[in-house]
Amino acid sequence: MADLLTVKDLTKQYQEFTLGPLSFNVPAGYILGMIGPNGAGKTTTLRLLLDMAAPTAGTVTLNGDTTPAARALARAEVGVALDTTGFPESWRVADVDSAMALFLPNWDAARFHELIDLFGVAKKTAYKKLSRGTQAKVNLAAALSHDAKLVILDEPAAGLDPIARDQLMTLLQAYIEDGQHSVILSSHITGDLARIADYLLYIVGGHQLFFGETATLLDRYVLVKGGRGKLTPELKKLGLGLRETAVGFSLMMRAEAARNLPAGLTIEPVDLDALMIYYGKEVQADAQ
Amino acid sequence: MQVVLSNQAGVPIYQQIEDQVKTQILNGDCPAGMQLPSIRELAKDLKISVITTTRAYRDLEAQGFVTNMQGKGTFVAPQDNELIHEHALRAIENGLQMAIDAARLGGVETADLHTMLDTLLEGENDG
Repeated sequence: MADLLTVKDLTKQYQEFTLGPLSFNVPAGYILGMIGPNGAGKTTTLRLLLDMAAPTAGTVTLNGDTTPAARALARAEVGVALDTTGFPESWRVADVDSAMALFLPNWDAARFHELIDLFGVAKKTAYKKLSRGTQAKVNLAAALSHDAKLVILDEPAAGLDPIARDQLMTLLQAYIEDGQHSVILSSHITGDLARIADYLLYIVGGHQLFFGETATLLDRYVLVKGGRGKLTPELKKLGLGLRETAVGFSLMMRAEAARNLPAGLTIEPVDLDALMIYYGKEVQADAQ
Repeated sequence: MQVVLSNQAGVPIYQQIEDQVKTQILNGDCPAGMQLPSIRELAKDLKISVITTTRAYRDLEAQGFVTNMQGKGTFVAPQDNELIHEHALRAIENGLQMAIDAARLGGVETADLHTMLDTLLEGENDG
């Protein structure tokens, strides 16, 4: 299985913030989800992958190209929709179409219009007059319409309604279905979007806490729930994060720690919401 | 082949797929030789990751329920009766264990439990 992207010891040093070292890879035909709280370094990572910023150390191999110059030449192989960038304010859908056709050899105008129609974007309205969600749809349609081997999307679901979010998931899965194309999603992906990510890169405060199969991270922990009286000091000691209410408790712990618990407790698999929102700090310390 | 995933089940998604496909193979809904949807197709249909469906198919293959033919796809394997019998026994055991747990919880005597099982069996024969 060939990797479309290989990142090794990638580091970016700023005055008050250090990102990395990051090491991960994306095989052809899979989806990588990049997760972490605000300010974790997700967008900076994407900027480094796209040579919009120069790394302090480390290497990026994108579709076999290892130097910024070679990657620039192969830019058409990467589809990009970033949160911070869009199209010139006065452009309408037709202007986006003709501009993309100019510099992308594989530009598929029919596909682009198909996606624009699917998303229900108003074609006569200038880009700046579109709502944030609709702008995101134009960016997405452009990123997915030139047969790019690797599509990089920063917060693609931000500003999308549930219908468009569902459409996005289906589109991305169809995009990788042939096993030749891959997608990197940087997002506060939880719930539905997390379910389609084959691999996860979990960054907090510039540190890489986890890279691997999504299931590997989720299988590592379980959620133990029970009534108030069941929370013994021994149990508490096993926990990585605790929520107590008037009627009961839920405690996250390593899956192997939950193997020999007393009867009467409910043991559930965790999801990314639980990992990130409720038990963030403890799990971060554990993962490191 | 049908697969219906539940978010509430507390059962991992790959496990839900495995269980449901197994049931359909054992009850004959998915006969030997039937082609399963491709891993990537199933992932798209169920809105889950490719790795999750890969794991489910790999487990089903390891347990002898399906065979993967390189380049052709995944097919339901012929089932031997012994395997089917073994799965039936395991299902019965699980069901009876649940009944026993419920009995203990409710303070029902062992003898009464036996009587209940006999009554249920008789009722089935009458019907």
